[in-house]
Amino acid sequence: MKVQHSLKSWLIGCSLLAMTTTGAFAEVVYNRGNSADPESLDPHKTSTVYEANILRDLFMGLMVQDAKAQVQPGAAESYTVSPDGKTWTFKLRHGALWSDGSPVTADDFVFSWRRLVDPATASEYAYMLAPVVNAEDITAGKMKPDQLAVKAIDPETFEVTLKAATPYFLEMLTHQATYPVSKANVEKLGADFVKPGNLVSNGAYVLKEFVPNDHIKAVKNDKFYDAANVKIDVVNFIPTEDRSTAMKRFEAGELDSNDDMPTEQLADIKSKFGDEVHIGPYLGTYYYVFKTDKKPWDNAKLRQAISEAIDRDYLAEKVWQNTMIPAYSFVPPGITGYETRTTDYAEKSQLDREDEAKKVLADLGYGPDHPLKMEIHYNTSENHKNTAVAIQEQLKPLGIEVSLVNTDTKTHYGLLEQHGDFDVARAGWIADYKDPENFLALCKTGTGNNYALYSNTDYDGLMAKAAAAATPEDRMKALSDAEAIGVARDLCVMPLLYYSYHDLVSNKLKGWEDNVMDVHPTRFLSKE
Amino acid sequence: MLRYVLRRFLTAIPTLFVIVTISFFLMRLAPGGPFNQEKGLNPVIKANLERVFHLDQPLWQQYLLYLNNLLHGNFGPSYNLPDFTVAELFADGLPISIQLGGSALVLALVLGGMLGIVAALYQNKPADYAVIATATAGSTIPTFVIAPLFQLFFALTLKWVPVGGWGDGAFVNKIGPVLTLMLPQLAIVARLMRGSMIESLRSHHIRTARALGLSEYSVVIKHALRGALLPIISYAGPAAAALLTGSIIVESIFAIPGVGRYFVEAALNRDYTLVMGTVVVIAIFTIVFNLIVDILYAVVDPRVRYD
Repeated sequence: MKVQHSLKSWLIGCSLLAMTTTGAFAEVVYNRGNSADPESLDPHKTSTVYEANILRDLFMGLMVQDAKAQVQPGAAESYTVSPDGKTWTFKLRHGALWSDGSPVTADDFVFSWRRLVDPATASEYAYMLAPVVNAEDITAGKMKPDQLAVKAIDPETFEVTLKAATPYFLEMLTHQATYPVSKANVEKLGADFVKPGNLVSNGAYVLKEFVPNDHIKAVKNDKFYDAANVKIDVVNFIPTEDRSTAMKRFEAGELDSNDDMPTEQLADIKSKFGDEVHIGPYLGTYYYVFKTDKKPWDNAKLRQAISEAIDRDYLAEKVWQNTMIPAYSFVPPGITGYETRTTDYAEKSQLDREDEAKKVLADLGYGPDHPLKMEIHYNTSENHKNTAVAIQEQLKPLGIEVSLVNTDTKTHYGLLEQHGDFDVARAGWIADYKDPENFLALCKTGTGNNYALYSNTDYDGLMAKAAAAATPEDRMKALSDAEAIGVARDLCVMPLLYYSYHDLVSNKLKGWEDNVMDVHPTRFLSKE
Repeated sequence: MLRYVLRRFLTAIPTLFVIVTISFFLMRLAPGGPFNQEKGLNPVIKANLERVFHLDQPLWQQYLLYLNNLLHGNFGPSYNLPDFTVAELFADGLPISIQLGGSALVLALVLGGMLGIVAALYQNKPADYAVIATATAGSTIPTFVIAPLFQLFFALTLKWVPVGGWGDGAFVNKIGPVLTLMLPQLAIVARLMRGSMIESLRSHHIRTARALGLSEYSVVIKHALRGALLPIISYAGPAAAALLTGSIIVESIFAIPGVGRYFVEAALNRDYTLVMGTVVVIAIFTIVFNLIVDILYAVVDPRVRYD
């Protein structure tokens, strides 16, 4: 009797709860699957795209990306550039407020940018301000943060001086590392300013809850200048590290979108979800590097022969189920004004390419009696393994004996960074901003990510020429020429595949525009 | 008894110290570091990060610093989740893992124990075979198979429970993880209980009890069970330490924000402070549960005395 009684009251309680939650408050909640939790919600301490997805909703940089990832005015209403392209003056949005109601001022930007380059902040993305005068010296500890060439001319005018004209500067300003934080708030709370309840932001949403590995809840910021057009009231960022579970949660309606899916089941997923599956080219490249300072890999001809023999169509179709796209250039297509330079065998048939590769190997003295031995290093992942195994098989008919070395991610990148011993190693690069320079800088002499230790004066010269170019056209031409030498001719990186985004997006969600940056700010979305 | 417990606690301190020391240095033998990643850092930025986290100091200094912090109850900030200290991560996640693991353990002990007793009483009869078959299946089907099957059937087909998530601790969100954690334990407990019960039922004092004409209930529950419990207690100690500290498989499949994931992720991410935190937590749980096991021995078996 007692049990029955409590069951009854429980049921009544539940139905009451259901009535109150569904009826009175019809707030629009968007449950957004995001592969991983952020490492940090401090814009100056972030490093992953998962953080970018969240911070884009919480904060607003001088510039923002719209639903199609095009650059639009954000915290800055307008800007002017000096004739030499070095001095940028941003007019901040008049009357813009932080979520605590205080005004967003040029001083906040000065404070934030100094904080970003300050070695004490140890920001991984400090280099996003590298074009600003003194930024690099400050990060290296040679100058003081207040020597950064940024200025608050008045509370609504922010001035930046660059080392040289930087055409992609506006693109960089959409990056989360350049977002402002409230000076008053950070000075008051110190490192705790990122906690829910403390975090003051200037974007369309404000942080409400953060339970690690469970969810991040952000609610609409009514102080946001365009709050009237923000249609989703609550966005829950849900970390979905297990892709199969994420897909099931999407199917059950627990998630409205997810930024990944178990791609090995792509055929099934497509038949089940139809047009809710969004796949398209993403600004990133999956590549291998040869250690170019080690024999025999210092020979560009040999590198080319190996590259030519690799059947990228097979990798894309069979290994990656068409969630990757065959790549013959480092810079993926999709950047306006840039002509991608591919290796010359990109259009040839695989059979012809194999024949040519065999000939080159024979000329170099490799054959059945003197096989070429090559070791491929890759970091742990089923698909990285399958890719390496496929390449091993593809190179076998050429008499190349490929062996595979698998290590975990930290060991792998530790080896590459310390320029340890290897023949060929896997790596990948996802663009921070939509510009070829973001890729091609990797092949400059002495760049940290130049795992190949590639060094070519012509290449460095062209990159310098691009940096100093007078017009955007000249600049793109110089970059394109650099890619023709460094990548297409010398294979400072051996491009294998372009990444693609693969999102699951419920049909209930409106305003989702597919784009090469896979950027989808919640403020432009709505839900039925 | 009290003195015994006190002595055990005192010996736990040097034990912990040895564990911390060995782990600290072993961990640093692993190649790579917390700041090696696909998007490599330029050397200046990496140096800044290492300075902020004191990784630029000699290893012995880092060790002394860590010990000093630990003595002050400070586990340090997580390298990969700098918004949180290691202590905060455990404060958030450990209660969740304990809830799920604790429920699974209690259910496994009670249900598994009952099944084991039934099997022992009906040895070599259909009921016994049914229990053995279930137990074998339960301990051979891995959790990463049970969990997705559970989701497919109960969440997607019947729609009784959500696929995953913690849901602020809602009852329906806990069913899947608890069942998945419980099943293999239940199987083991049932088998252990069956074996030790059969043995206990054959012992002299049970024969005496039966000869004295005690009721079957009294024989089984009051006398035989007591003797049969010892192997279960020995098993339950370490099992509790393992269950209460979470399971990465169950937590990732059901998207549960427990601490089980940290044991693997922290090591893979070279998140040194979080690795040390997990080592200390597991060590404490293991030490405490071993002590509880020893005390329970004395409670259950009158022959055991700690004086």
